[in-house]
Amino acid sequence: MANQPIPLCHAIRKKPQPPAGLDSPFWDVAESQPVEERQSLQLHRLRETISRVRNVPFYQSAFREMNITPESIRTLDDLRRLPFTTKADLRDSPPLGFCAVPREDIARIHGSTGTTGRQTFVAYTAEDLDLWSDLCARFLYAGGLRKNHLVQIAFGYGLFTGGFGLHYGVERVGAAVVPAAAGNTQRHITLMRDLAVDVLVCTPSYALSIAETARAMGFDSAQLPIRYGHFGGEPWTQDMRRRIEQELGILAFNNYGLSEIIGPGVSGECHEQNGMHLQEDHFLVECLDPETLEPVEEGEVGELVITSLTRRAMPLIRYRTRDLSSLDSRPCPCGRTTRRMSRLTGRTDDMLIIRGVNVFPSQIEEALLRVEGTAPHYMIEIDRPGSLDEVTVHVEVHPQTFSDRMDRMQALRDRIDREIHSITGLRVKVVLLGPQTLERFTGKARRVNDHRKL
Amino acid sequence: MKIKQLSLFLENQAGKLYYPCKVLADAGIDILTLSLADTQQFGILRLIVDDWEKARTVFEKAGSVVKVTEVVAVEVENRPGGLAGILEILEESRINIEYMYAFTFGRQDRAIMIFRFEDSDGAIRVLNTKGVRIVSQTDLKHHQNGREC
Repeated sequence: MANQPIPLCHAIRKKPQPPAGLDSPFWDVAESQPVEERQSLQLHRLRETISRVRNVPFYQSAFREMNITPESIRTLDDLRRLPFTTKADLRDSPPLGFCAVPREDIARIHGSTGTTGRQTFVAYTAEDLDLWSDLCARFLYAGGLRKNHLVQIAFGYGLFTGGFGLHYGVERVGAAVVPAAAGNTQRHITLMRDLAVDVLVCTPSYALSIAETARAMGFDSAQLPIRYGHFGGEPWTQDMRRRIEQELGILAFNNYGLSEIIGPGVSGECHEQNGMHLQEDHFLVECLDPETLEPVEEGEVGELVITSLTRRAMPLIRYRTRDLSSLDSRPCPCGRTTRRMSRLTGRTDDMLIIRGVNVFPSQIEEALLRVEGTAPHYMIEIDRPGSLDEVTVHVEVHPQTFSDRMDRMQALRDRIDREIHSITGLRVKVVLLGPQTLERFTGKARRVNDHRKL
Repeated sequence: MKIKQLSLFLENQAGKLYYPCKVLADAGIDILTLSLADTQQFGILRLIVDDWEKARTVFEKAGSVVKVTEVVAVEVENRPGGLAGILEILEESRINIEYMYAFTFGRQDRAIMIFRFEDSDGAIRVLNTKGVRIVSQTDLKHHQNGREC
């Protein structure tokens, strides 16, 4: 066995299988596959992935150093011998440096949202796109989407994976899409009412914003035609789910994914709404203590570390997501045999998710430094007064930036606002403070006060 | 002929104006006049004091950001059209006023206005040629003393 070459394309992917009938509980029978069967498939696919990424320089040298070959992976526990991949590794390599396929095989490229430093890209082959649609179809179907539905997508279309990922997932199920995209909330409500839309796809906070706007327009938000919502892209709470369900009169489902791995479709909730089913036939998911990198006990919070099993263009080995969650392998009444992950409880780094956009405090600092003379004394306050996140950046006035002229002071504030917007893509409120008003820290400075109850 | 004005940044909150006034009071510095420009969020306090150098030192010691700028104190006749006459001179010479405020004291027939110009020297030249009296730092103190007498 050890020396046998592993056939590359063997049993990798069956064609997506539409459910047997409208009442079939699963989109794909693989979701209810016996666990042992799935594990042997995972092992097989892991070896194939190891074989496939051997031409990626990063893995090539790591594997050589650690003596890793596809044959050396004998059980799923051997996963723990494999090297980690971090966001910094992606950033430090050339833009498509993690591509495992020739350039002509790439069918699409997406990018991660607002990260520090250089943008990172994710490449897909035609097969990857096909898989992605299928993964999204699985959780959409699990959350009640059927062929006869009309789905309004209020995610941004573009480099961000949310719009296109869900779009093709809906089409895969056979339902119809209204690709309304992000922004112009009143138009969303008009579309919903005019077209009798059944399902809404967006971030959870935008769902609440739609409810608010509908009420402001004089409609009862609970009477909008939508009946289901699939929300993701930012952390949300059980309370927020209840609010969304009440205010919009819908069932609200959570889904999870990240662009580096594939985008939405890594996991999603079924109608039991008790955690997101991991699509484990395509991803090996570990939950590790971020300090020791040892697995945490089941149910304990740890960092999700994901290995893609079937990705072609850019398979990642043990990608450290920095997302904190816990895993649950108890059987779900829905009949799916996959483990479930809890809603995200935080991040291991200081990344903030504001209105679905990833922001690091260091980006705010970078913007402040661009404005000549701004001292590095600032504090980011985040709140969610209604349904949308609001960011206020408090900045201390500095002798170099202070002027006796009001127009200059207002120009300073506008300039800080513009720089923050150009780096993060976010509109924030800038508040100028007197000198020495912010707390000074002797150790690690605390730059963020997050008042949102997430 | 220019006089020194101190500016301080103030947050627009209750009690924020008290603090600099207290600092000056404790140092025995007299405020000759002041003006406050404010927005919803913050304000700029501008002060003319009897000893600006000492005032700057005590503010800096207290951790405030202080800006010293030169402004022009202009005597204005205390009659209808007194101020308009001065503004007319400035307007004709296209001299831009950043802001202005009045002194809190004056004599029966004269008032004093503080002007902040983009180009103070140019403004002084023009006003001088038209016979407008510019008040110096020392004159200001006399005015002040005169009021107190």
